[in-house]
Amino acid sequence: MTASGVIDRAGLDELIAALRNGGYTTIGPTIREGAIVYNEISGTSDLPVGWTDQQAPGGYRLEHLGDGRMFGYVVGPQSWKRFLYPQRNVIWSGVVTADGWETVTPPEPPTYAFIGVRGCELAAIAVQDRVFLAAGDRAADPSYAARREGAFIVAVNCADPGANCFCTSMGTGPVAGPGHDLVLTETVTDDGVVLLAESGSARGDALLASLAAMRPAEIADRERAAETMAAAQATVPHSMDTTDIHDLLLGNLEHPHWEAVAARCLGCANCTMVCPTCFCGTVTDELELDGGGARRVRSWDSCFTLEFSYIHGGSIRQAGSARYRQWLTHKLASWFDQFGTSGCVGCGRCITWCPVGIDLTAEVAAIRASDLRPAVPVAADGTEVNL
Amino acid sequence: MAVQSPLTRKPTLAVFKFASCDGCQLSLLDAEDELLAVAEVVDIANFLEASREVRPGPYDVTLVEGSITTPHDAARIRRVREESKFLVTIGACATAGGIQALRNWKDVNEFTAFVYANSEYIETLDRSTPVSFHVPVDFELRGCPISKTQLLEVVTAFLQGRRPNIPTYSVCVECKHRGTTCVMVAHGTPCLGPVTQAGCGAICPAYNRGCYGCFGPMEEPNTAALSAWWKSLGVDDRGLVDAYRGFNAWAAAFREASDRHEAAITVRGASA
Repeated sequence: MTASGVIDRAGLDELIAALRNGGYTTIGPTIREGAIVYNEISGTSDLPVGWTDQQAPGGYRLEHLGDGRMFGYVVGPQSWKRFLYPQRNVIWSGVVTADGWETVTPPEPPTYAFIGVRGCELAAIAVQDRVFLAAGDRAADPSYAARREGAFIVAVNCADPGANCFCTSMGTGPVAGPGHDLVLTETVTDDGVVLLAESGSARGDALLASLAAMRPAEIADRERAAETMAAAQATVPHSMDTTDIHDLLLGNLEHPHWEAVAARCLGCANCTMVCPTCFCGTVTDELELDGGGARRVRSWDSCFTLEFSYIHGGSIRQAGSARYRQWLTHKLASWFDQFGTSGCVGCGRCITWCPVGIDLTAEVAAIRASDLRPAVPVAADGTEVNL
Repeated sequence: MAVQSPLTRKPTLAVFKFASCDGCQLSLLDAEDELLAVAEVVDIANFLEASREVRPGPYDVTLVEGSITTPHDAARIRRVREESKFLVTIGACATAGGIQALRNWKDVNEFTAFVYANSEYIETLDRSTPVSFHVPVDFELRGCPISKTQLLEVVTAFLQGRRPNIPTYSVCVECKHRGTTCVMVAHGTPCLGPVTQAGCGAICPAYNRGCYGCFGPMEEPNTAALSAWWKSLGVDDRGLVDAYRGFNAWAAAFREASDRHEAAITVRGASA
């Protein structure tokens, strides 16, 4: 039986303070530039208390509800990728010395505690774990591993899925799956906003046990949380039919719909930048003008740029249709071949933050509606005929 | 410790100015922290903004600022090219014709007649054109003004004998690297970022403004798709013409987009 209990806003403040006192750098949702983004927080006053977000393809607006809820919104333009896999990361540097050169030891990354990780985001972190760590000690990415290893994760169940959320289609939410140290379910009672806190690890157990402001969870607390999440589960508004999606997409590589998408696609790379699982990077060497020092830097790259597929003689994916197809078929199909999972967690970021509102679920549906694969003969009893 | 240059002597660097505001070459002076390092590894032979000393060519690296707008300059850029081993154009004027390329849609004689008391003394071309329209260019550095970081990268790359690492992707990538929230999605502010080349560091969106396109068209700009979205944000064809006709108005992709929207105004005007 994992530890659990009920805390209010003051209890969450105590929890955040306990993490900070334990040496964690606490990161959580904050409001900046009209959006909810992840930043360092020192308490609940930094959270978007009473705010929610309205999302549409290519549209995002904050709305003040004043309901006192601390997590009444979904995901914004950023993801935890920013902290685990920074957009620009010096992976090696060295300086010239009097008798040669020496490596500069990089500063230790902070030990993070992430507050408010949603189910889709837990799934996204698990996807990136497979990309960066699953190859084992020899091939694991040391930069990602150093940031990921000690990270403490406080998940939040999504009570109000956003308009572009399709986590239920991808099996990642709105109830947070495994991979967290604690999970919170926020509900509104006559006495105000309360959080049912349930532990998912020994570290979570210990943290909950240390909270003075926590009271035991009663049956009514659990029922209220369960009802809230059952309602959320039923109202996830968006969806994507993933039936046979691997073969559907890879069997339609010459579908004319790729051109139709390319006519709308800006090739701007926003979808890949906001995607919590997109992991492509480019490595550049930077040398000081006077030759006194050098750095090897890894930064976020995107399959939507021409440089990305540049090899001797030119870029392989010249056409916008080829680049969109590469992204979508990798994300939803060949990712299975490469990593054993889908690369999509259904968070909807690529839909919201596409400046022209391209919705990948609609593009998949369009291809499905005019599937160009040769029909498989079906016998009278409905079974496929193997020719 | 100086890096081993492909040349056995210090390479010479020259800066030439054509029709421009000097802002781009001032970026080199602006690079205060790095200027001494630059002066250590190159021999500055001609840079009037920094020194009155002018030494004759040939030059190893020449930075050219400004567009070509007069017959005199059209002849001068050829001489500069002849004297330069590696010619880099710096800024929107030199690479696209600059804001002064707005004349390209008008009759320049009307301007000269209006501005000058005796316009018969004015000898000017009817178009403002980029340097590459007149002579071969080895590298074009975008921006109005250019980024000093990119300028140093080009100079460093030349000295190290490698290709400059200057991305040609959209401003959006810089916004996302920087952590700036998209002003078009989150605020409904029309932004040229998705069709504009990175390099500025995505300054304007960081201050809640849409991108003005200072670095010119990105590698594969889809202006039609962006224009359609701008229209849904309430910008009409006139507004789109004005947006594309900025500092990089004469760059092919922006020029064509602006012409499309101008034609749409004309068609509607004629049918009204």
